[in-house]
Amino acid sequence: MSTKDEIIKILENNDVCLFMKGTPDAPQCGFSMAVSNTLKHLNVNFKGINILEDENLRNEIKNFSDWPTIPQLYVKKEFIGGCDIVKELFESGDLKKLLIEKKIIN
Amino acid sequence: MALTIQEIEKLIKESIPDAIIQIKDLVGDNNHYSAKICSKMFNDLSKIEQHKMVYKSLKGKMGNELHALSITTEGKK
Repeated sequence: MSTKDEIIKILENNDVCLFMKGTPDAPQCGFSMAVSNTLKHLNVNFKGINILEDENLRNEIKNFSDWPTIPQLYVKKEFIGGCDIVKELFESGDLKKLLIEKKIIN
Repeated sequence: MALTIQEIEKLIKESIPDAIIQIKDLVGDNNHYSAKICSKMFNDLSKIEQHKMVYKSLKGKMGNELHALSITTEGKK
């Protein structure tokens, strides 16, 4: 399976995916920690994918989304953004709205 | 190789000439910045597209020479 197919499979199997440095319980980077904590705060059940464990995945996810940085948040296969956008969406209340619309949280 | 505030500004201006740019060196290490960028070119684009435009202006330096640049974008009338 190509790395791209692997990414598609991860996105298909998990409604909310966070490609991050480290894990939700032990983030290795402040930006990854910020997004992970935001999701936890909203009681979102999400899959954290540690890109530090897989160099191919780390490179391919950047091509996949045409986005050069980690973390990257996906909801129902749609790329939502990196740390800055997630922070803005959270502060405006739009992240919660989006998660409710997509039936991730109540 | 770290980038200076002036270098970052210059790169962004080359791609987004009307940009009003405010960059802060967050910890004084030439490596962790925040940038606020306003441009007419952002009007009618999604946030993702706006940020992509800024990343593209940095010509692959983002995530490499430039470790951390937090971005806020805004359109302009």
